[in-house]
Amino acid sequence: MATTDEEVRELIKREYEHGFVTEIESDTFEPGLNEDVIRRLSDLKQEPEFMLEWRLKAYRRWLEMEEPEWAHVDYPQVKFDDISYYSAPKRPEDMPQSLDEVDPELLKTYEKLGIPLHERAKLAGVAVDAVFDSVSVATTFKEPLEKAGVIFCPISEALQKHPELVKKYLGSVVPVADNYYAALNSAVFSDGSFVYIPKGVRCPLELSTYFRINAANTGQFERTLIIADAGSYVSYLEGCTAPMRDENQLHAAVVELVLLDDAQIKYSTVQNWYPGDETGKGGIYNFVTKRAACIGKNSKVSWTQVETGSAITWKYPSCILRGDNSVGEFYSVALTHNYQQADTGTKMIHIGKNTSSTVISKGISAGRSSNAYRGLVKFNPGAEGARNFTQCDSLLIGDRCGAHTFPYIESKNKSAIVEHEATTSKVSDEQMFLCRQRGIEPEQAVSMIVNGFCKEVFKELPMEFAVEAGKLLEVSLEGSVG
Amino acid sequence: MLSIKNLHACVEEKQILNGLNLEIKAGEVHAIMGPNGSGKSTLSQVLAGNEAFDVTKGEVTFNGDNLLDLATEERAREGIFLAFQYPVEIPGVSNLQFLRTSVNAMRKHHGIEEMNAAEFMKLAKEVSKQVDLDPAFLKRGVNEGFSGGEKKRNEVMQALLLQPKLAILDETDSGLDIDALKVVADGVNALRAPDRSILMITHYQRLLDHIVPDYVHVLSEGKIIKSGGPELALELEAKGYGWLGIEDQVAANHE
Repeated sequence: MATTDEEVRELIKREYEHGFVTEIESDTFEPGLNEDVIRRLSDLKQEPEFMLEWRLKAYRRWLEMEEPEWAHVDYPQVKFDDISYYSAPKRPEDMPQSLDEVDPELLKTYEKLGIPLHERAKLAGVAVDAVFDSVSVATTFKEPLEKAGVIFCPISEALQKHPELVKKYLGSVVPVADNYYAALNSAVFSDGSFVYIPKGVRCPLELSTYFRINAANTGQFERTLIIADAGSYVSYLEGCTAPMRDENQLHAAVVELVLLDDAQIKYSTVQNWYPGDETGKGGIYNFVTKRAACIGKNSKVSWTQVETGSAITWKYPSCILRGDNSVGEFYSVALTHNYQQADTGTKMIHIGKNTSSTVISKGISAGRSSNAYRGLVKFNPGAEGARNFTQCDSLLIGDRCGAHTFPYIESKNKSAIVEHEATTSKVSDEQMFLCRQRGIEPEQAVSMIVNGFCKEVFKELPMEFAVEAGKLLEVSLEGSVG
Repeated sequence: MLSIKNLHACVEEKQILNGLNLEIKAGEVHAIMGPNGSGKSTLSQVLAGNEAFDVTKGEVTFNGDNLLDLATEERAREGIFLAFQYPVEIPGVSNLQFLRTSVNAMRKHHGIEEMNAAEFMKLAKEVSKQVDLDPAFLKRGVNEGFSGGEKKRNEVMQALLLQPKLAILDETDSGLDIDALKVVADGVNALRAPDRSILMITHYQRLLDHIVPDYVHVLSEGKIIKSGGPELALELEAKGYGWLGIEDQVAANHE
């Protein structure tokens, strides 16, 4: 860690000289989407032939599909021809050169979240520290992973080094034409993460996109594939509690998890993309398809998510419980403020015998926002002895926001047991008066009450994440009182 | 310490306090009695700064400051404490966290260093014993699933923790059996100090057997109609509110 600034600058220069010399002329595509664009993208990434075919198939299916309108959200139509589908990472000279050049509002938020100085710079996209971090992190984290046989790399790299694994599992959980945005993602995804945990291995580290080199600029169509082989375990953390600087408005990511016999994946997300300003201007459209397939018996997957960012969130991390005795869990906190809209929930598809699932959803609405839970629990005819428990709570702050619940239950097996509990409550004037009478600031009181409401979900998060998630709620709720 | 002059207040346009006058000096214990609907609880809510109540006329000074100018939390930090008649639940927020946040808000205001979790835990355990609460209750949610008696003891415990200048106890005796009443009264008596005043609001005289006040006031239709020493409460107990020409329908129905 004794690297001086100068050495780091030297290093950056070297990296980019080598990496992008030949691509300078074509490092950002002109806006628009057609088969040629996809061919160029695939070619640029030197992908195997099967990948190009796969992308083209997805694109052709996408052309025949229609944008879904069933979600409880409202936004102007996305103009897909105005988007550029490939953009190389920015060169250091195009990035802010120091924290002085970064929006002071953004920096204030980082400070409130207690993020260390060099991490703030990385999040804000300052050139020097981005590389500085990657270099130091790479050496610390790569070794133990390699020793355990864990593969953790960009998916573009996996396509080069492990094409057979990618070919076998990519699209096996979320088929190319699963839905409109998944099809688009399949056609044009730029990069993302690939994880393979070998048989019987307990991954020695919590894997995090935040720590991975190349995590920045993976673009708006991110693709993640995680395979947990028989008897393995991995905890994967996605995202970061600080608002990410991002110029893309539409995000359509796909995450696929594959679990073989006795495997376990714990997938935690903290999503805090730019939510737009207090008048509802700007903000990210976050249209994400996340799904896990428990194909092995006794496998277990947990989705834990804290969603506070994005102007529009449209996301249903789901579990296909195919293996007998497999377990699916979904723990969610979704907070909306100002003019944010969220339509989020899960799908639990019970196929195997004695499969079980748990859904705990906490929706918090403030300002003029709208927050919907949408969940499907389905028992197929073969799901003998399967059971589900769903608890779905909404908390309202103020009287101009909305909370909605859309539960769907389909049972084709008489032995299946399903329980559904739902509550709606308000941060009451009495609670606020009690807190204030004890000397507590109104904003601190709201944040404490909301944290209490979310407790059941926060306890599922890895420790440091839970602390940060609490702080994040506090920052996200600013201005929700009075 | 506290001076109330010609106080008028209403809630949802219903006039409740109609020219209330009261002087409380440091170290004094005052009891306000009166039938239901006479404005006892309104007085406590108005002093603590509940925004659901509107002060339409009159003035209140607290240690020389205009109390009505201060926000609820500022009044609390200046030393006004209200023990609630019906303490509300805050699910998922542990008592320990709530109390520490409160104590630290006060300390911060007074420029005293905030307490860390370990220090506070030690203090909270000690104080909880004083009101006969099992320290395990500190880990439970604020008032969540508490019995009526536990809620009241929790309120008194908070007064002991926060060491206010003026403690207002709003029917802290209601719903308590005789043993719990004794515990609560011991807690309140432990609060008595030369630099601290206590304002007790109660419907019944029995609390005053355990906490003997310096002054007793009778409230009717938003005004104090009679004041006296502890003997006034006994007289009231013996003769009933009717003695003062007050109709107390609720009490009549109960007794």
